[in-house]
Amino acid sequence: MIKRTHFKSSPLPYLLVAPQILITVAFFIWPASQAVYQSMLLEDPFGLKSEFIWFENYVLLFSDEIYFSTFLRTVVFSSLVAFLSLSIALLLAATADHVVRGTRTYRTLLIWPYAVAPVVAGTIWMFIFDPTLGIVSYFLHGIGYEWNHRLNGNQAMALIVLAATWKQISYNFLFFLAGMQAIPKSLIEAAAIDGAGPARRFWTIIFPLISPTTFFLMVMNIVYAFFETLGIVHAVTKGGPAKATEILVYKVFNDGFIGLDLGGSAAQSVILMLIVITLTVIQFRYIERKVEY
Amino acid sequence: MIEKRPLATWFSHTVLILGVAVVAFPIWITFVGASHDAIRMPQVPLPLLPGDQFFINLKAAFVEGVGNAKEQSVGIMMFNSLIMALMIAGGKIAISLLSAFAIVYFRFPFRMIFFWMIFITLMLPVEVRILPTFEVVANLGMLNNYWGLTVPLIASATATFMFRQVFLTVPDELLEAARIDGAGPMRFFKDILLPVSRTNIAALFVILFIYGWNQYLWPLLITTDKSMYTIVMGIKQMLEAAEEAPEWHLIMMTTLLAMIPPVLVVIGMQKLFIKGLTETEK
Repeated sequence: MIKRTHFKSSPLPYLLVAPQILITVAFFIWPASQAVYQSMLLEDPFGLKSEFIWFENYVLLFSDEIYFSTFLRTVVFSSLVAFLSLSIALLLAATADHVVRGTRTYRTLLIWPYAVAPVVAGTIWMFIFDPTLGIVSYFLHGIGYEWNHRLNGNQAMALIVLAATWKQISYNFLFFLAGMQAIPKSLIEAAAIDGAGPARRFWTIIFPLISPTTFFLMVMNIVYAFFETLGIVHAVTKGGPAKATEILVYKVFNDGFIGLDLGGSAAQSVILMLIVITLTVIQFRYIERKVEY
Repeated sequence: MIEKRPLATWFSHTVLILGVAVVAFPIWITFVGASHDAIRMPQVPLPLLPGDQFFINLKAAFVEGVGNAKEQSVGIMMFNSLIMALMIAGGKIAISLLSAFAIVYFRFPFRMIFFWMIFITLMLPVEVRILPTFEVVANLGMLNNYWGLTVPLIASATATFMFRQVFLTVPDELLEAARIDGAGPMRFFKDILLPVSRTNIAALFVILFIYGWNQYLWPLLITTDKSMYTIVMGIKQMLEAAEEAPEWHLIMMTTLLAMIPPVLVVIGMQKLFIKGLTETEK
């Protein structure tokens, strides 16, 4: 789109887009194409010689059981984080929308974890659940449940799900609340006159009307769980114990920087890029159509 | 409220108060942890009430530094974080404003190609192209300085799209009037477009400041020099330093200091924050 009235072509617009384009090419497009190229190379860890092997790295990946289980683990992790943070946020937003007094206060008290960095959130939860001195593991011990996320893979997974969910609730809450407050009050009142109680009004009016928001948040939450949780995993579990919390984005990082398997890591990067592109396209197509009732 | 249902209202308040308590619990623990000394920390159970060492720990973190980053005081790490956050937020806004202006107000060859090139960056989070980007930065000699920390993160499709959206809603009459008065493109940009998109710029700044402050993986990879550590990655270095017996009281103090600036920004500029979040992402 362009304005009806606009300036004539001159060197000026090129100068104006130049910084953006330069940075995009140098730090986005060039590295991304490098990743695609590297994913087809077999390199020794010292980068001394390399051989072009087409799609062999991908073939290796897809036949690798470890990669497959990492993939499954990531799906489980993301679904858990998305489902938990969305449902908790939905409950909180619905109740905050329902109360007359205090909506703004509750909002202030609920939104600030958005500002906490993932790695900071991870550190705090790690402290709370520390097997020897954490406050929650102490109470769990008191009721006869032994907590040690350094040894127990399921507990480690539960801990990173908890930290990731805690951080994401505020984001979802804000969008849900904004969506609910945009619904005309007359609709709700009409339903109330017809005798529908709060729960019924929620499921038959509010929930269907905010479905575009819910869909948008689902995509955003999956993207968050796939990529932005790297800080949490890195600080809390380092993918352990025994790879129980190794998710895809952590594996890319780990294989590339620590394992120095450059070709394999690049192939994984390319697969992740394809996942993001797919998610973005789905989201754009959906936003254009919008769910309507 | 539509009807009187005291039970539903009580239920709602109970749920909300529980929610607030659960959300705030980790922060309370952090605060309590930051206010005790090294002797109290390893004793089980950990305290639930704050101790009296808060300011002593604060001073220790600021003056002596913590763990692996011992020589590096928290104050310097916070300063680095601040510079990084400001450069990322300011840089992103500046280059996005300029490119959105060019795309909306000029007709020139390759306009749509540029538009799509910017659009692509939307799809490539830094995590998935981290290794090749690192190589580019290393080849440009930008390791261990503020340029390397910020410039690769500055290109932003979302900000460009938002400004494009804002500019498209600016009435055409404004441009016509400016032209009649003899204003050139840059004059129009500076005297008319910038003032009308003032609140959008501020809202975006809030979001981008938090984004910049919370960067983790990128600073972790490109800073090896302790004087360039940022506070968010510094915490990780502290945890690593003391795998055996972490100095939890100082780590918690640093954690608290790492989250105070962005949290204050969110709470203090709540209106702008919500505007920025809902408008850039949707």
